[in-house]
Formats: sequence, structure tokens, C-alpha cells
Amino acid sequence: RMFCAHPQTKTYFPHFDLSKGSDQIRGHGKKVAGALGTAVKNIDNLSQALSELSNLHAYNLRVDPPHFALQILAQSLQVVLAVHMGKEYSPEVHAAVDKFLSAVAAVLSEKYR
Amino acid sequence: MVHWTAEEKQLITSIWAKVNVEECGAEALARLLIVYPWTQRFFDNFGNLSSPTAIIGNPKVRAHGKKVLTSFGEAIKNLDNIKATYSKLSELHCEKLHVDPENFRLLGDILIIVLSAHLTKDFGPACQATWQKLVGVVAHALAYKYH
Repeated sequence: RMFCAHPQTKTYFPHFDLSKGSDQIRGHGKKVAGALGTAVKNIDNLSQALSELSNLHAYNLRVDPPHFALQILAQSLQVVLAVHMGKEYSPEVHAAVDKFLSAVAAVLSEKYR
Repeated sequence: MVHWTAEEKQLITSIWAKVNVEECGAEALARLLIVYPWTQRFFDNFGNLSSPTAIIGNPKVRAHGKKVLTSFGEAIKNLDNIKATYSKLSELHCEKLHVDPENFRLLGDILIIVLSAHLTKDFGPACQATWQKLVGVVAHALAYKYH
């Protein structure tokens, strides 16, 4: 969904098959979701739990500008949650998830400069 | 001028036909005030905004949400000339209301989540992409007359 709505994000994946439903998209999406699962389990210590990923995003991936790009992904994630959960994606749940994803983005941006 | 493909126009109007403007408008504004509490600064005279429950039930929030989304409908009726459609509203938001245009982006993203939650499977990737483009264009038009 993110690649569809925000084509500029595809520039970070020139080495991927970005056709709909590709194995690479599925595999990478699963990886990202897995990392978020780890973040949820370590919600009171995001800095430490995501330390490796933070280094990766800062020094290797350099997704730019950091906060903005990660906001785009956060939006797509929330849309998917809302599509799956419908009414259960209540305002309170929405607020908590948005806050969480912002915190994750902040940690991943920590080492940029 | 923004270019809309026939498919994009179709996706916009078909989704809009399914939207209960009063309900979705109220919900979108309520969520803005709940998820980004600092936006409450623009609504000092709205009364009780002390909790999500209070905000959702607040009649002024509901009424204003409906007003905002009704205005959105004007953009949809004038897809080929959104800037002109929102010219006066842009001046208003700058000169009278003093709203940072970043808030238009926030509300746009929230509207998309509200649509997703209501329409679920009917709000597929192409829909999302088209509507993200639409809210972006509306936000841009509302910021256009700022000075």
C-alpha cells in the first residue's frame, strides 16, 4: 500500500521486484512487522531494543528525511490495521498506536546526526 | 492544476457516495483532538474536551466535524479547480483562525484512517493511494493563500 500511495518510497528498493504481491515485498513486510513486534514487547526500552536497527537506518539505509519517510509507512500500517479491525480501531486504539509508531520512528532517527 | 485520471475520479466519487458525512466528519475531528491533543488549542470554546469519551460525545465537535467534511465535499465536486474552491477558506485559516497548515495534513491522514475503519475491505490500495493524493491536494489548497 505504501508503494502504491507514495511512489517515492520505491526509490529505496531498486533491487526489489515491486510488482503487487511479490515475494520480496511479502518477505520484507513480514520482517518489518516482526521488528515492530519486538518493539511492542520492549515498549519501555525502545532505544535499546531497536539499537541495531537504529544504526542500520542511520548509517546504511539513510532513509531521508528520516521522520517524514517513516511517517508515511506508519500511515500505511494504520490503514491496514483499520481495514482489518474496522470499528475496533477505535480512537483510543488509534491514539496509542500512533504514539507508539512515532516513538519507534524517533528511535530509528536517533543516530542520524 | 492537478491531473486526475478517470479511474481516480471514479474511486473518489464512488467512495464519497458511501460516506456518511455527519458521522465521518464528527469522527475525524474527534480523532484529531484525541490522537494529537495539541490541536485542542484551536477549540478553546468547545467545552468539555477532557477525555476521548467527552470529545466523541461533544456536540460542538460533532457539528464542526460535519461542517469540515461537508466542505471537503465541495472539493470533490470541483476536482479540477480545488485551489479556487478553497481560496477564501485558505485566507480564513491563515488570517482569522491562525492554523498551522501541518494540521491539514494530520486531519487528512486521520480522515483516511476513518474511511479505512468504516469501509474496511472496500478501501483497497488503489483507493488509499487516490485518497492520499486528494487529501494532499486539499491540504495544499488550504495552505496556498497563507502569507
